[in-house]
Amino acid sequence: MKTKNFLYSQKVAPYVFVLPFIISFLVFWIYPLISTVTMSFQTILPGQTEFIGLENYSKLFRDKAFRIAIKNSFTYMVWTLILLIPFPMLFAVLIDSNLVKASGFWKAVLYLPSLTSVVISGILFRLMFTEYPTSQMNKLLVFFGQEPMAWLKNGTTAMFALLLLACWRWTGVNMLYFLSGLKGIDTSLYESAEIDGANGWEKFRYITIPLLKPTTIYVLTISVYAGLAMFLESYMLWAGNTSPKNIGLTIVGYLYKRGIEKNQLGYASAVGLVLLVIALVINIVQLILNGTFKKEER
Amino acid sequence: MKRKVLSAVLCAAMATSLFAGCGGGSGDTAKDTSADNAATDDAAAGDDAAADDAAGEDLGEEGTEVQADAVSTVGPDSGTHMEMWSFVELHNNFYAKMLEKWNEENPDRQIQITFTTYPFADMHNKLIMALQTGDGAPDLCDIERGQFPNFLQGEPQLYALNDALAPYQADLVESRFDIYAKDGTYYGAPTHVGATVMYYNDELLQSFGVDYTTIKTWDDYTAAAEKVKEASNGEVTMTSVDTGGTDWLWVAMAEHGEDYTDADGKVTVPASWEKMLTMQQGWINDGLAVVSPDGQLDTEGGRQIIMDQKIASFPKALWYMSRFLSYSNGELDTMDAPGKWAIAPCPVFEEGQPRSVGIGGTGTVVTNQSADPALAAEFISYAKCSYEGCVGIWEELGFDVCNTSVWADEKITKDTSNQYISFFKTNPFDVLNEIKEEIGAVTVNSNVFILQDYINVNSLNAIMEDGQDVAEALQEAQDAVDLEQ
Repeated sequence: MKTKNFLYSQKVAPYVFVLPFIISFLVFWIYPLISTVTMSFQTILPGQTEFIGLENYSKLFRDKAFRIAIKNSFTYMVWTLILLIPFPMLFAVLIDSNLVKASGFWKAVLYLPSLTSVVISGILFRLMFTEYPTSQMNKLLVFFGQEPMAWLKNGTTAMFALLLLACWRWTGVNMLYFLSGLKGIDTSLYESAEIDGANGWEKFRYITIPLLKPTTIYVLTISVYAGLAMFLESYMLWAGNTSPKNIGLTIVGYLYKRGIEKNQLGYASAVGLVLLVIALVINIVQLILNGTFKKEER
Repeated sequence: MKRKVLSAVLCAAMATSLFAGCGGGSGDTAKDTSADNAATDDAAAGDDAAADDAAGEDLGEEGTEVQADAVSTVGPDSGTHMEMWSFVELHNNFYAKMLEKWNEENPDRQIQITFTTYPFADMHNKLIMALQTGDGAPDLCDIERGQFPNFLQGEPQLYALNDALAPYQADLVESRFDIYAKDGTYYGAPTHVGATVMYYNDELLQSFGVDYTTIKTWDDYTAAAEKVKEASNGEVTMTSVDTGGTDWLWVAMAEHGEDYTDADGKVTVPASWEKMLTMQQGWINDGLAVVSPDGQLDTEGGRQIIMDQKIASFPKALWYMSRFLSYSNGELDTMDAPGKWAIAPCPVFEEGQPRSVGIGGTGTVVTNQSADPALAAEFISYAKCSYEGCVGIWEELGFDVCNTSVWADEKITKDTSNQYISFFKTNPFDVLNEIKEEIGAVTVNSNVFILQDYINVNSLNAIMEDGQDVAEALQEAQDAVDLEQ
């Protein structure tokens, strides 16, 4: 009888359903977060773990390589925002309109790259961008009458390679977000705008963009974090975590270098927390400015 | 009523499937950590039959090799099973051969080892995590010398080899044990001395009118480089300088009798580096040298410019001999024609300076996670440090072994059927015996590890590629390492 009551209980059921999430959230997010905070005040070696106060942090702020890592991650993030929000939005609008024929085909073409593994696409990009005159990019340069160059040994061209890889992979995904956002816009709004004599640009500017705002904010938020947390792309492009003069070093790359390669997990934890703080601050400021936390205006 | 039951069943099914999904997920992660082991086992199981076949053939035809693939298992199933990792497949092939000898000689202490070859960085990272977390480490593992200090931090999670090495130690070069030791405890079995020598493409140099035997100092070397440049119209350069390796710098240090570290383990950039790097920067500016593709010569790109006859000489440790020869499908495949390349002592800054330095090396360790660490330690000491083992290392890998009595054994040093002795124009042992007393040693501790990493990532690129001032670049390197010490 009791079990029957339990099974039919409308009070218990919701908790049962959210329990798996709560458990995995506690075990895989909250516990590591707390232990990372503790570890960032320690040196951790086999059999010798000591509290050293703020030493990891004070070292971190004097560490030039870390500053380079922040600069690289930040530049990468800003560029991905510039490239990976407006263009996918434009493509989504184009595909959604009747200007484009075979829209399913274009959707698939743009989305396909994101299905490949970063490891494989990273290797392909590495081969495309090698410094040898036989690499595709250098052949292209030679075709246009330029000298071949060492793409991955120079900061600007290396960032170009990273961004090209990011655009190739993520344009399709962001476009799908925007497409689904577009489907949610009531077509009657466009009809009434047409009756009022609005042209295509005005419809885009005064209907599409404002009504896509929730999608845009979502894409912006995840892009900020994804940009700052980029690691694998750089790791694959330089076939390891070392790039000349650290031009490809990212915050997470530096965390990996300190924690795994140099076995300084305490210091790496401090790096990780700084990344968390930076990402949180940027996103909270961004969300406040976008009015996400304001009560719905009716 | 029926509907209620149905909905209850559906709800229950959903709830359990959620849990099952979750459970499956955590099961997967657990599997992930051991996935490699599992994969190894599977592959090994697949390979077993092949290995048995090979062993069967071995009995029939002498000289058939048992080749370790990326993963292979050698030894009888009844023996104590062990895992062994290396970052060089050749090493694993050699250990596999020594294991067969061990099993022949010790019928009551049979061992079965699954050998796995991983890429360099992956293997070291995996091992350090396995030792830090206390789970997932192999029984035996190769650790490269530059990475070794990392594994000695804190309480080393490695098994002390003192007892196992004791029977062999008297014949071996003492300093090669010290580099793998902490507080008098030996943790690594050494492979070789790694004496650095100059490799000269004699045939190529002769065609430009250069006689390598007359090169004694770096000034002579630079003069020869100018001659090569002129005679080849700049097509060939004397050498290539490294942006991803410190071999040249070690040579400079040893020639000046310098070391990185003081008594407290603090690291200072050696003064000789400025001399060497200034000289190299001059070569680059004058077109007398190129920058090594991929940063140094023990890489695909590096071997390619040697094969393409683009550079006429380079300094490397004697273990680089093995890179000239390789086997594919049992056929000897050489990087260049035999009899072209000669080996000679390195040039010096001033005559009378020592002409070599021990570079590189692999310490093989037994982890404290081993099922039978004493047996593992005895096997690896036998495989690498016994006279038999050392002869094996020379014959298989072409390394200058730590047992110096091998260097003097004419049966070995004059054996012209040996692949290395017959490939090179000069006998490597003649050079080795000539510089025997001049081979310097450099201390490597965790601060050195940081300095070398900084130099390889930043300074060398800045100096050779961007023409940064040498003194300025070295000061930046010093600042970077001072942050840590």
